[in-house]
Formats: sequence, C-alpha cells, structure tokens
Amino acid sequence: MRLQSTNSLDRTARNFKKVIGDSYHNTKSAEQQIDEMLSRDRQINPHWHGFMQALDTLGLTEMESRHKEVQRLLRENGVTYVVHGEQQGHRPWELDPIPLIISNTDWDIISTGLTQRAKLLNLILEDLYGERRLIKEGLIPPEAVYAHAGFLHACVGLIPSGFPFLLNYAADLARGSDGRMWVLGDRTQAPSGAGYALENRTALARALPNLFGEVGVHRLSFFFRSLQNSVLDLQYEFGQLGQLESVSRMTSRQKDNPHVVVLTPGPLNETYFEHAYLANYLGYTLVQGDDLTVWDGRVWLKSLGGLRPVDIILRRVDDICCDPLELRQDSRLGVAGLLEVIRQGNVIVVNPPGSGVLENPSLMPFLPNIAKHLIGEELRLPSAATWWCGEPKQRDYVLANLKQLVIKPIYRQPGGRPLFGSELSRTQLDRLRAQINAEPHLYVGQEYIHFSTTPSLVEGKLEPRRTILRTFLFSAEARHHDDPDRGTSEEKDGYAVMPGGLTRCEGENGGLTVSIQGGGISKDTWILAPEPEPHISLWQQRTERIQTAAASEGLSSRAAENLFWVGRYAERAEGQARLLRIMLDKAKMGKMGLETSHLGQVAPSTLFTETFGEEAREVSELTYLRSMLRSLTGLTSSHPGFANKGEQSLESELLSIMLDTENSGSLVSTLQALVSAAYAVRDRWSTDTWRVMNNIENLCTTLENSVPKDANTSAQILTDLVLQEAELASLDQLMIFLSALSGLNAESMTQTIGWMSLDMGRRIERALLLIVLCRSSLVAVQDEWIEDLLLESVLAAAESLITYRSRYRAALHFPTVLELLLLDEDNPRSLLYQLKRLQEQIRALPREKLGYRLSEEEQLILEALTQLQLSDTMDLAERSEQTTQRNGLEKLLVRLAQILVDMSDVLTHTYFSHSQSSVVSNQL
Amino acid sequence: MNYKIIHKTEYSYTYPVNLCYNEARLTPRHHVYQQCNDSQFVVQPEPKDCRERRDFFGNTVYYFTIQQPHNQLTVTVTSHVELKDRELQLNFAEHLSWEEAHQQLHTDLNPEILEIRQYVLNSPMIPAMSELHAYAEKSFTTGRPLLEAVEDLSTRLYTDFTYDPDFTTVATPLGDVIKHRRGVCQDFAHLGIGCLRALGFAARYVSGYIQTEPPPGREPLSGADASHAWFSVYLPQLGWVDFDPTNNQMPTDQHITVAWGRDYADVTPLKGVVFGSGTHRLSVSVDCQRLDSGV
Repeated sequence: MRLQSTNSLDRTARNFKKVIGDSYHNTKSAEQQIDEMLSRDRQINPHWHGFMQALDTLGLTEMESRHKEVQRLLRENGVTYVVHGEQQGHRPWELDPIPLIISNTDWDIISTGLTQRAKLLNLILEDLYGERRLIKEGLIPPEAVYAHAGFLHACVGLIPSGFPFLLNYAADLARGSDGRMWVLGDRTQAPSGAGYALENRTALARALPNLFGEVGVHRLSFFFRSLQNSVLDLQYEFGQLGQLESVSRMTSRQKDNPHVVVLTPGPLNETYFEHAYLANYLGYTLVQGDDLTVWDGRVWLKSLGGLRPVDIILRRVDDICCDPLELRQDSRLGVAGLLEVIRQGNVIVVNPPGSGVLENPSLMPFLPNIAKHLIGEELRLPSAATWWCGEPKQRDYVLANLKQLVIKPIYRQPGGRPLFGSELSRTQLDRLRAQINAEPHLYVGQEYIHFSTTPSLVEGKLEPRRTILRTFLFSAEARHHDDPDRGTSEEKDGYAVMPGGLTRCEGENGGLTVSIQGGGISKDTWILAPEPEPHISLWQQRTERIQTAAASEGLSSRAAENLFWVGRYAERAEGQARLLRIMLDKAKMGKMGLETSHLGQVAPSTLFTETFGEEAREVSELTYLRSMLRSLTGLTSSHPGFANKGEQSLESELLSIMLDTENSGSLVSTLQALVSAAYAVRDRWSTDTWRVMNNIENLCTTLENSVPKDANTSAQILTDLVLQEAELASLDQLMIFLSALSGLNAESMTQTIGWMSLDMGRRIERALLLIVLCRSSLVAVQDEWIEDLLLESVLAAAESLITYRSRYRAALHFPTVLELLLLDEDNPRSLLYQLKRLQEQIRALPREKLGYRLSEEEQLILEALTQLQLSDTMDLAERSEQTTQRNGLEKLLVRLAQILVDMSDVLTHTYFSHSQSSVVSNQL
Repeated sequence: MNYKIIHKTEYSYTYPVNLCYNEARLTPRHHVYQQCNDSQFVVQPEPKDCRERRDFFGNTVYYFTIQQPHNQLTVTVTSHVELKDRELQLNFAEHLSWEEAHQQLHTDLNPEILEIRQYVLNSPMIPAMSELHAYAEKSFTTGRPLLEAVEDLSTRLYTDFTYDPDFTTVATPLGDVIKHRRGVCQDFAHLGIGCLRALGFAARYVSGYIQTEPPPGREPLSGADASHAWFSVYLPQLGWVDFDPTNNQMPTDQHITVAWGRDYADVTPLKGVVFGSGTHRLSVSVDCQRLDSGV
C-alpha cells in the first residue's frame, strides 16, 4: 500500500464518509466543542488529510485488527501501569491507534511557548532556592511558596546559581475553544510519561509500519539522543561553574563516561515499567535507594564487585523522599546523606530535590508578571485561568463561582484529584467552601477548559474524545564540543522539546477527568515533519541500547540477588512442571483411580498392566506412586504433603501442589515468585525475554483461574481437568516457555556478572532438585521391577531418559543410571555437571584476595565436588539384604544437599545483602 | 556577661553501628544581643566526613558521617558566648496594638515583612487547631498592645500548663499536650507559637540554654539541665521579641540562643540515620556556667 501524495486540501469530511460517518458530527456536544481533526466549519483540517486518506484506504475494519495487534504487542512487551485503589494491580497499557496529529506550524508555536515556559520556571526555581527576590519584591505572595509542601528549606542553596535547576520538565496541555493550547499543569520533579510515549510510538510503528513514512512524522529518538548527550555534558557544565571542586581530579571515566543511574521507588510504583524501560533504552543502571550509599562524600552503587561511584542520578523518587537525614525521615526510598553530596558538587541529581515547589497552580496567576519581570516577555503559552484563594478578591471570585470551576489544592497529595464544582452535591460544596475559608492560601480555582476532542477508535467507529497532551523537555545547554548527531533535534534556547508526547483521552465519553490513573486511554502524538524523515526502526535502535546496557554492567547487589532467584525459581518451576506432567500423564493413561480417593484403592493403569501383568499391579503401583509423590512433595517443599502417607487425599494434594496460591511450594506460587523476581529487575531483560516472562505470567493466571470456585470436591476438579487435558496442555506450554526462557538466558544474555548470578541460581536449584528426586525414589530398596519403574521415571524427570536409551540401549541398570545422573560430566543434567559449572562461576566472582586461602564458597564447592567424584556408583547402587535403604547413597545425597543450601546462604550473605536496616534518631 | 557551655551527647549501642549520618545544630549563633566567641565541635570516634554550613534560617549546621564500626558515639560542643545587655521591651503601651500590628504584617509590602510572613503559616510540628485559636483569643482584648497580649498569653501558659518532663517526648503531638495540659519547654514554646499563628501573627521557635546555677538570690530555672527552648514573636518596626513561657519571663541575661526556626523540627540539636541492628541508650548533659558570676 503506497499512497499518492495528497493534492486535495479542499477535501471535505464527506470524502471520508466511509471512515468518519455521520455519527461523528452528531455527537451531543459537538456544537460547542472543537475537534482536532475538524475545522470550525466541520471540514477535515489539512494536516489530517494524509492520515485520513491512509485510514480510508486501510478501512476501519483493518484498523480495528491493527488495534488488536497494538494491544497484543503492548501486552507482550509487558507495558503496564500500576493502579492503586480498589482495582489494584498492573493494568495493561491502553493505546488508541488513532494519533493526535499536530501540524508543523502549530507545533512551532507550541514548542516555542514550552521552551519559554521552561526557561522561566528554571529562573523562578533558581530564585526561590536562592535569594527569593520574587517574594521580597512582591511578585509572588510568600504564602504561595512557603505554604506549599514542595518548598524544602533544606534545598535552599543546594544548587550553585547559574547551573540549570529545571533539567527535566513536562507540561500538560489542552486546546481550548479559542483554538489555542493552554497549560493545565506543570511537572517539575520527576515527570513521568516520556517512556510511555516512546513505547506507544514503537508499538504503533510496528502495527502501522507504512503510515509514518507516508504521513511524515517527526521521530522521537532524536529527543532521547539529545537527552543522553545533555546528561553526558552535565558534569562538564557543572565544572565550568567552578563548583565541582574535584573537576580537575576528575578521571577520564567520569568526564567521558559518567556513571548514570535511574533511581526508582521500585516495582510497586505506578510507573515502574517506564523507569525500567527508559533505563534500559538509555543504557543507564536502574537502582533503588537501598542500592546506593554515601561514603567519603560521594554516592556509590553497591554492586556485586564492591562499591562503584555514581556521577549522575536521574530520579523518579519524590523530592521529599530523597534523603532521610534532611528530608522525610521515615522514607526508605532515598539515600541518607544525598543532599550533602549534592552540596559538595559530587553528584548531580536530575531534577534536584526541591523542584517540586513549581508543581503549584497558585503560581499561575502571577506568571505573566514574573515573565515580564524576569525575561521581559509576554507568556507565549497561556496557563489555564487560575484564581489563588490566598488573595481575598480572588478567593471571593472562586467562592462565588464554585460550581463552574475546578478546585485544586496548591500541593498535589499522592492520590489527590481535582474537584469539579459542577459534579459536587450541595453538601460537598458547603464542605469545600468551609475548607477554603479555613485555609484559603492552600487552594486555587481554575477555569474548566472545554478541551478539544480527537477521533478515537471505539468499537470499530470513530468517536470524538477529549484529550490532554503531556509534552516533555530536557535541558540542552550550548555544548563544549560539536557532535554531528545533535543538530537535528529541536533545541531552542537551552531546551530540547520532544516532538510528540503522551496524549491521554477520556475512557468513557463524558467523564470530566482525563487521567491514566482514572482509566483514560493513551494515544500517540504525531508532529508532522515539513518533509518526511527517513524511517528508522526504533526497534533496531533499542536492541543496540540493550547491548550497551548489558555491557556497561552496573549491576547492583539487589539486582544480582533477584537474578539469582530468577534462576532458582525458573529451574524449580521447570522441575515441578516436569514431574507433575509425568504424574498427570500416568493419571490420564490409567485414570489412576481418580474416581476413588485413596492411594490404597488405585485402579489399574495400562502402563503397569502392559509391563508386568495383572498380578503385579496393585503392590507395584502403590509403591511406585508413593515414591513419586514423595519426590513431588520434596520438590515443592510442601510438607507434610505426600510424605505423610495417606492422610491427605491424593487428588486434593495434587491439586494444591499445582494450583494453590496459599501453598507457598505450589507450582503457581513458584511461578508468581519467578515473575515477581524478574519484574524487580525489569530493565535487565531483552524484549524477547520479557515476552516469554509475560506468557508465563498469563499462563500462571490461567492456571489459577482454572479452579472452579463452586466445585464440590477436589477429586472431581482434578478428574475434570485431566479429562479435558487442559492442565496437561498448560503444563506442556509452560515447559516450552520455561525452556525458551532458559534458552534466551543462555544464548542472549551477555555473560557478565548478572548472567553469572542467574546461572548460579539455576545450577544450585537443578542440583538440589536432582538430589530430592534421587533421595525419594532411589534410596529405598525395593523389588527390582519397581526400582526399574522408578529409574525410568527419575530419568524422565531429570530429562535424561533419551540420553540413557541412546547411550546404553539396554535395560535399566541401577549403577549406570546413577552414573548418568550423578557423575557423567557430559550430561548437562547430571549433578557433577551442575557442580562443575557452579565452581566455574564461583571462581569468577569478584572478591578480595585472601592469599592462598580459599573463600568460604570455594571451600564448599570443592568439598561437594570431591565427595561426589570420590564415590563409586557400584557401591552406591549396592543392595544389601539387611537394610531397607542404600545408606551410602543417602549419606552422600544428604551431605551434598546441605552443602548446596549452605552455598546459597553464603552467596546471599557475601554478595547480595549489602544493605542494612537503618533507624532515624532524634535527640533533644 | 560571659558563658561557657559544655553540651555532651552520648549514644551507646547494643550492637556495633557500622555507618551513620548526622546533622547537628549545636553551635550558638550570633544575634544583636549575643556573640559566640568560640565553639569547639568534637566527635568521637573521629568522623570521616565533616562539614559546616549555614541553613535556611542562618543556623550553623555540622554534617558528619562515621564509617567505622562503633559502639558509642559522643558529640561534645564547648562554646564561649558573650551576652550583651538586652533592653527589655517592658513599656508595652508604647508599641502597636495587636490589631495594628496584624494589619501591618498582612498589608505591608516591604521585603522584610514579606519574608517574615512565612512564620505565620503552619509548620510540621505545629498544625492549625481550633483549640489554639480559642485559647489565644482571651489574651487579645480590643486595642491591647501586642506585646502586652503576648506577655499575658505566655503567663497563662505558665499557669495553665504543668511542667512535666515525664509526660512528653520530642515526638508528642501538640494535640496531646493541649489535652493533658502538661509538657516540657519544647511543648510550651510550640503552644505559644501555635496560639500566635492562629491569630495571624509571626512566631518562631528558639532553641538554646539557660544558666545551670542561678545567680545568688535567684530561683533556678526549669530546663537548665538540658537544651532549653522558648518562642519569639515578630513586631513590625521592633523586630523579634523573645518570651519563655516555661519560666514565665522574657529572656535577658540567662538565655543563650543556639538556633531558631519554624518549630523544633527545624532546629533538632542532633539527628541521624544509623545503620546497624539493635537499640541505643542516650544520655545528654549540659553545663552552662556564667564565667563572671562573682559580680
């Protein structure tokens, strides 16, 4: 599909009747409301022609299916938004396939206005944390600043004057009925949304690949490149001010390759996905407060290899939480001592703590005057008309017009929402009036702007929906060196403006708020380029970035620990799933007496009948089943479970082991733990790995939901499930996903310390699982033909049956099986193989040299290997007539298991837990 | 008058602390009637990183970290302070009525007044409460000079509230103090400030010391064995005037100022973030001696 360039500026909406439809024009409020696509006389705006033509050719039905594709991509990429309140949890990100389109000329006006506003806000910030002349000279009423909880006394004088304070800025815009863009609010601490905007673009570009080139849309990647360059230059700029005392001492590493981290509050934060996504995309290390420490007047990352200096922190932690020493004492999200390090000029925080004072609508009425005063200009981009109740006249106006206004507190509390006067009851209005009268300076009234609407795809039709656009700017001071890459991005007067943004539209037609937290839907934002820019896939770029991120390996101890547990949980889930599959297979083949409920009354299975004939089956099955179930119990650590014979009905225990979220050892619990450990290091995964992880999460949810709530007995459920083969299919699928994960880990992760942590986790877990399997099935002395059955099952569970058959082509022979499972160095499933790999990883761990002495973990692995390799399979397999178990085998396995458990503890203690609990003390 | 003050703070930990970050406001500041001639700040064990700065309110702040395991932390500050004769504003009637003072404070646009207005607002430890307004009102009769009204308020606090070191801690909410009518100097100061702010006046918190041994013939003052605290009210034209409601007096030659701010939270003498397990025991001693006491 290649479109002809359009020469039809006179096209009317009728030409696109097929896509637009009459209903679009007849929407109830269409009369007063302006629409982004339509001119005042309801014609299609010229800058929408290209897109509408493409849509016309594509057809709405096809668009709808592309929309599904977009949603699928977003889900697979794990784009989520954490929702607080009643419906908690990760919500998949919603993206409408129809973008907000802005013409090049219009954008010119907008971006110039935004740049001016950013510049102005930066000057205000510098003044408020410096001399505060704006207050002393009467341009800002003192209460508007001092009563705002975002004004932090500790941050006065934090940043040397002349250094940009507002590096990162976002503004929410909406188009009013006069056709101009109005600023509804400013985001100055740690604005979110830029990452979602990028992800929206990426998903849409994949689903509608031709459209971008044809319509001619500005690319977003230039903005991020400019951001990276600005970040790189920050230290140099700082040094230029003569403030960085150590600038001459700065190593070339610091100058050319500063260590940049993204400080996130963690996976529970509503926009955690974005923190991980941007860290990954930009090649920065994602850290939490606990990962950092202040030492010798610097900030350091606690990494597996010891402390690594941090030069620049892009923070997503709120101002007030940045430093428990000087700011909010009960917060654990920041770093104790951080403010003092900033004062010393030894770290740069973007934006510096304190910048939240500008997220303050009470400043809006004063901005035009401040602009004249500070930069001698009129505001190019107006703020929504705002009345600050701290001034009696303005308060009286607000109180008199409460029903027509939006009422906002000057300081936005977490979870606080603006109040729409028109939506309040009489009682609510009275209460609000009393609140305002009690502390008038804490409130503003804002004119309710009738935002413009933008077409959105709703159930296969276009509908007008009101939209708000969040735009993003990053400081881009004049540079000290030339970089050919830079010229192309929009850098004006010290700020680069993202040519695009995050558009949000109302979810249900008619709601007054437009927010993601409140259920809105996002849109891509297209700024038309004067001439089409070459379309370069962002996906390719991103892959490059991923490699950079992995190569620069600023791995925190916390991340390493999570990776270790991802390895362990993934391996555990695989082992559990495999054994469960074997059990269910058997159950299916013989229906394993599922109609009855006790082990003693197991019905014949075809397998046994075929092999041993009728006479053997009862005893053999019972013994066999018990052994296998013991393994399962050991694997799932869900004691007493099957280890305690017969107490629990077989069916309910099997069901619990598989599906019970309350049972911490169950398969679904393991999967949940796996997903949550993986999510905590979200930035370490490639897109493909994350997709697999998402599939695992979805499957886990399916498994959980497969238990009918009103079922009578678990026996019935299990019978139903097995008969439907749903569980088996799910387990098969799970095995495939887990293998994919393991394959991606092995083949696609750079083999650095992060991968080592993960692999060590896998090796330890695999070795432990194998030991459990052998102990529960092979230690007890049984009739030979039962043992043969067990050997077969153990081989199958250890994924070594095929190897055994192809190698030995013989009947099962106890010592040979032990040889293959325990001592065969070439069998990647053998115990020896796991231990050898573990030894390699342990050798490569960063550690201080202890002379000739081996470290604790080196000693442990050496002992394990020696014990294993000195053992003789013939001895281990020997059946003695007097005893009921193979004591040698048992002793060896018990010792090895103990060593592995100790090993896990030593690794955790030595390498992972660098963080200690802290207390805040106050003294009179 | 010259004073020598030794303020010693000692933390003992049940288990060694490996790392701590601290901020101290223990150095007496200068003001019109006070000169701090010398102040020695000594920390044991020796801190790794130690820096001095002025905070938003002009107080001296010491920041220090200790990066080695320690079972005990001792901070000893020895200061020499000279107090100049303070002219007491006793002739209250000469000054503005509270109505005029209020009017000036809220309409004057001179830079000083605009900056002062921040002390009218709520602060972290002194939220607005209707009880404060109701209590304060009684002292503010029509046309009364502001200083007289504040003096009356301070006296009422002294009379109505019981000085009780066992009742409150540094973290007791002001509401509890009002309810039970007991507290220590910190609470008395917070009460006075809260009352004044409730009526729209600017008031701030002052931390400091008072002489340990009273001069011959004078009563020992409450709060002499530790840090002391009182409040200050702002009068247009006159500036800040101190009141000590715990002792029902206006500070003259026995009160040494260390720091001031909106409330206790701004001037906490020593606070820290400590990394380690276990609990700690704290002991504080203050010795405030008048050097030329023989006179």
